[in-house]
Amino acid sequence: MNSIKKIVVSVVAAVAAIGAAHADEPLKANVIHWWTSGGESAAIKQFADAYDKAGGLWVDNAVAGGDQARSTAINRILGGDPPTAAQFNTSKQFHDIIDQGLLNNVDQVAAKENWDKIFPPSIISSIKVNGHYYAAPVDIHMPAWFFYSKPVFLKAGITKEPANFNEFIGDLDKLKAAGVIPLALGGQAWQEKITFDAVFADVGGPDLYLKVYRDRDVNAVNSDAFKKVLASFKQLHAYVDPGSPGRNWNDATALMISGKAGVQIMGDWAKGEFTAANQTAGKDFGCFPGFGPHSPYLVAGDVFVFPKTDNANAIKAQQLLATVMTSPAAQVAFSAKKGSIPIRPDVDASSLDICAKEGIAIMKDTSRQLPNPEMLVPPDVNGALTDAITNFWNKNESVEDAQKAFASGLKS
Amino acid sequence: MAATPADNSLRKPARRVKRKPLRKRFALAAYVAMIPMALTVVLAYLGTMLWTLRTSFTNSRTFPSTSFAGVSQYVRLFNNDRWMLSLQNIVIYGVLFIVACLVIGLLLAIFIDQKVVAEGALRTIFLYPYAMSFVATGLAWQWILNPELGIQEVLHRIGFPNAHFDWIMDQDRVVYTLVIATVWQASGLVMALLLAGLRGIDDEIWKAARVDGIPRWRVYTNIVIPMLGASLSTAFILLFVMVVKLYDAVVAMTQGGPGTASEVPAKFIMDYLFGRANLGLASAASIVLLVTVLAILAPVFYVRSRALRLRGSR
Repeated sequence: MNSIKKIVVSVVAAVAAIGAAHADEPLKANVIHWWTSGGESAAIKQFADAYDKAGGLWVDNAVAGGDQARSTAINRILGGDPPTAAQFNTSKQFHDIIDQGLLNNVDQVAAKENWDKIFPPSIISSIKVNGHYYAAPVDIHMPAWFFYSKPVFLKAGITKEPANFNEFIGDLDKLKAAGVIPLALGGQAWQEKITFDAVFADVGGPDLYLKVYRDRDVNAVNSDAFKKVLASFKQLHAYVDPGSPGRNWNDATALMISGKAGVQIMGDWAKGEFTAANQTAGKDFGCFPGFGPHSPYLVAGDVFVFPKTDNANAIKAQQLLATVMTSPAAQVAFSAKKGSIPIRPDVDASSLDICAKEGIAIMKDTSRQLPNPEMLVPPDVNGALTDAITNFWNKNESVEDAQKAFASGLKS
Repeated sequence: MAATPADNSLRKPARRVKRKPLRKRFALAAYVAMIPMALTVVLAYLGTMLWTLRTSFTNSRTFPSTSFAGVSQYVRLFNNDRWMLSLQNIVIYGVLFIVACLVIGLLLAIFIDQKVVAEGALRTIFLYPYAMSFVATGLAWQWILNPELGIQEVLHRIGFPNAHFDWIMDQDRVVYTLVIATVWQASGLVMALLLAGLRGIDDEIWKAARVDGIPRWRVYTNIVIPMLGASLSTAFILLFVMVVKLYDAVVAMTQGGPGTASEVPAKFIMDYLFGRANLGLASAASIVLLVTVLAILAPVFYVRSRALRLRGSR
């Protein structure tokens, strides 16, 4: 009898508690994202905590894999059960959704927080369409850092970072002579494309890069300058080990961490692997974004979009999310875990590592910023170009044939 | 439900005259029972096929669009090197995979049919790979075939420093590694199917052959295997379906690489459906794949049904 009374009392209490919580009505936000690895989920938790603290209720919808997460978001939008916010890359991936009129804009937040002034122009060009802000940027990734192992460089007798592509090749030769894998590459199409884009930006220069990717100028692809880019890229093939094809990017990073390889060209997310192995930027490994003090800096990253809804509370939640995610405090906390750099310059960067600090310094010079290809071409064109590059890298294909394949990919 | 009419007729033999309408009602009940499945087939299968066909004539990107673009997606598809390579790969893969599975499955079945000891255990071992997903198979074989971790490395360590086996890294041979991995997985299924067929063969045939002094292998090649026709064609159709939908093993093993050397049509379609956000091109590719499959399977089904009808009329 007693125990039944207890149960009744506790049930009543629980119902009362739910009622009380309901009265506060925290702004519920369903957020789809693909940050599932250790460092990534620690990073997104910073946003979730900040949002909860600001009076919201974060409902986490993590979907492993970018493609899967994006198609989940699109299916839910089409199915009439849109999430409050969904992650996309800073790119053209979500521009089709804007064209269909299926996203809410966040112009109010943008105006209040002065986004026009604080965000870098390359990011704004991706998220501001027809004068409206359709996404909240949350991080800037640079997809083509050159990471190198300091002890391996020391062993090979390399004392300074290469200042141009020829010096880089010279260093790779020294690494080869020292008996290590000079260039740690995961031979998957997207990693080969990143490597190519790094060479393209540095050897070809920003003008050619923009002519090809932004203007889709076939004449630029057929030029001698582009031919030189392709040849330089293929030159790197001699410095890759035979085990490269199919390797995951983090396995390639592990080769460097264990001192078996010298350099890896990879996005700044690779820092997470070093951190997990207790290695510190500047001490155990070094990083440079390109050759020389004026090298271009590729800009990529992630945004959250806000699917169309008429529900006033959902719209409030979307505005709050956009405000919280771009706020300086959340930005710093997030970047420190994620390895990216904050999307706004007015934050306290002292807690970030030296690569991130260098990135922030470079971002202040807008002339060095270069949008990554995905921000300039639609996904299927980017895919066709990736096919062309991976074929050129892996096959015994002439530079002229690669030029042709690249041009036809650009036209598709 | 289905048993009721029969029960009625048993209990009330006086109403035998009305048997015919009863049977009709029974047929009606059967049709009613089939409605859910029929709806599924018509709406889910045929409906989506027609929808895909329609989408393939539009310039849909992330979302299905209604602006028609004629056959431009098909033109683009057949100008796409990766698609053409995918088709070539799937033909090479398909022929090798089906032949290897049938041969190995048949040999395993015959071997087990020799009344070997521990037959049950062996049967389980051979069928076991089939219980694994293609993803697990693909990952395991990726490591086994990796020259720095797998077979080649083992050979180097046990004293064959010149052993060379890096097909999975080789543009020209990577397709064969897909065959190796998937044959390992699927031949057990063929064995199970054919073993059932072998067990269905009358012992009298074996006795008669023994009396006539015919060697065992000739009994197999000239009598038993022809009698396995139905089992073999079932196995063929199952294997053929596996070939067409080959996707997960490729993703797990090679991701289509090195380069695009091990790309297959299903992966092309998936890539363009999602990552590359081009529904139009992906739909066109699906339709081409569907038509190809029908063109190959229709004659097989025709021959099979003709053979059944002939046997029935005999």
